[in-house]
Amino acid sequence: MKLSKLKKVILALTTAGVLGGAYSTAMATTPEEDLHNFREYFFKKFPGIPLNEYGNGVYAIDHGSRETWEAIEEFPPYEIALEKGETLFNTPFKNGKTYGSCFANGGIGIRQNFPFYSTKAKQVKTMEQVINECRTINGEKPLKWKKGDIAAISAYMAYTSRGKPMNVKTPTTPDEIKWYERGRKHFYAKRGQLNMSCANCHQDNAGNRIRADILSPALGHVTHFPVYRAKWGSLGTLHRRYGGCNKQVRALPLKAQSDEYKALEYFHSYMSNGIEVNGPGSRK
Amino acid sequence: MRRFSKIVSTTTFIAVAITGLGLASSTVIAAGIKSDIEKGKEIAFNRKKGNCLACHMIEDGKLPGNIAPPLVAMQQRFPDRAKLRAQIYDATVANPNTIMIPFGRHKILTDEEIDLVTDFVHQL
Ligand code: HEC
Ligand code: HEC
Repeated sequence: MKLSKLKKVILALTTAGVLGGAYSTAMATTPEEDLHNFREYFFKKFPGIPLNEYGNGVYAIDHGSRETWEAIEEFPPYEIALEKGETLFNTPFKNGKTYGSCFANGGIGIRQNFPFYSTKAKQVKTMEQVINECRTINGEKPLKWKKGDIAAISAYMAYTSRGKPMNVKTPTTPDEIKWYERGRKHFYAKRGQLNMSCANCHQDNAGNRIRADILSPALGHVTHFPVYRAKWGSLGTLHRRYGGCNKQVRALPLKAQSDEYKALEYFHSYMSNGIEVNGPGSRK
Repeated sequence: MRRFSKIVSTTTFIAVAITGLGLASSTVIAAGIKSDIEKGKEIAFNRKKGNCLACHMIEDGKLPGNIAPPLVAMQQRFPDRAKLRAQIYDATVANPNTIMIPFGRHKILTDEEIDLVTDFVHQL
C-alpha cells in the first residue's frame, strides 16, 4: 500500500515536468495500469485482432502486404545469420567457457525475460548487454552493438525462445520505476526538428499511411528483434531501429545501449508482455 | 577505397543537384516568372521542405499518406488566410499533441516559404 502510493508520487513528478501538452494533465498511472491502457487502446483501434498477433508488426493489421511477408518467411532471409549465431553461441571462448555460462538455463529459451532490472548492478540490462559483458568477463573483446555477430547471437537466443510470452517483471521499486518512467517519457515526448514522438506514429497513427508506409502499432514491436530488414540487407538490433526512427524526425540518434535506449526498451518491452517471442523476424 | 567511393558519390550528387537547379532556372526563364502559387506548390511537395504529402492528400500529389485530412475546399474551411497560415506555422498551438510539424516555429520553412505555401494551399 505504502509502496504503491510512493510509486504514484514518483510517477506524478516525473510525468508532470517533461511531457508537454496532452500528457502533462494525464493522471499518474502505475505500470500495470499503463499496460492495461496501452493494450486496450489498440484493441479498440483494431477490433478482433488477438493480442498475440501484434507480434507480427504491421502485418497484423495490413492484409495487403501480409501474403508477401508470409512467403518471405517461408525461406527466411535471416537463416544464414541464425546459423552463424548458433555456431558463435556454442563456440567456447579462449578460456573454455561459453555464452551459456552467463545466462540462466544456459541461455536457451530466456529471451522473454529481457530486459530486466539488475539489483546487483542497479541498472536495466538488455540481452545484448549481457552478451557483451559475458565476453569481457571471459577475456574477450566486446562486439559492436547494432549488427553483425551480436545480432546473430541475439537472434539465435530469440529463436530458442520462440513461443514464450514476453515476461518483463513489473517495475515496482523506486529505481525500477525511475528507469521505466525514463523510457515511457522517451516514448511519449516529442523530439527532433520534426517534433514527433514515438507515440505520434506508432500509437496515434498506427494503421495510417505516412506516404506509402503503413505505421505499425507499438504493441508487440519488440518480440521479433533482432530483425532482418531488406533495407539494411542484414540483421539489426532493436537499438539500431531506435536510432533510425530518431533520425527520421531529424533528432540526433543516441548510442546503442545508452541508458536512454535501455530505458526505452524496458518500457517498450513491458508494454508487450504476454505476446510470444517470435524473433528473429523479417521486415521491409 | 570505401572513402573514395563516398567522395565520388557526393560529388556526382552535387553535380546532379547543380544541373537539376540549372534546369529548373532555365524553365523559369522560358516560362516567364513562376507564380507564387507554383512556388508554394513546389515547397509543399518537396520532401525536404513541406513534404505535406507524407500526411495529406493534395490534388496532383503522388503517393499521399492518409494521416491527416485531405487539403480540399480550403477557402471554405479557412475563410481567414491568417488562420491557415498560423496552422502551417505552428500546428501545435491548436493541438499540442498533433503529429503535424511546426514548420515555422522549428524553422523548417522560412517566413517567406510559409507565405508561399499558404497561398498555394488556400486556393485548393
Ligand atoms: C515519423 C514517424 C515515426 C516516428 C516518429 C517513429 N517511427 Fe518507428 N517506424 C516508422 C516507420 C514508417 C516504420 C516502418 C513501418 C513500421 O513497421 O511501422 C517504423 C518502424 C519501427 C519499428 C520496427 C517495427 C517492426 O515491426 O519491425 C520499431 C521498433 C519502431 N519503429 C520504434 C520506434 C520508436 C521507439 C520511436 C521513437 C523513438 C519511433 N519508432 C518513432 C515511423 C516512425
Ligand atoms: C506528419 C504529418 C503531417 C504533415 C507532414 C503535415 N500535416 Fe497538416 N495536419 C496533420 C494532421 C494530423 C492534421 C489534423 C489536425 C491536427 O492534428 O491537429 C493536420 C491539419 C492541417 C490543416 C488543417 C486542416 C483542417 O481542415 O483543419 C492544414 C491547413 C494543414 N494541415 C496543412 C499542412 C501543410 C500545408 C503541410 C505542409 C507544409 C502539412 N499540413 C504537413 C498532419 C500533417
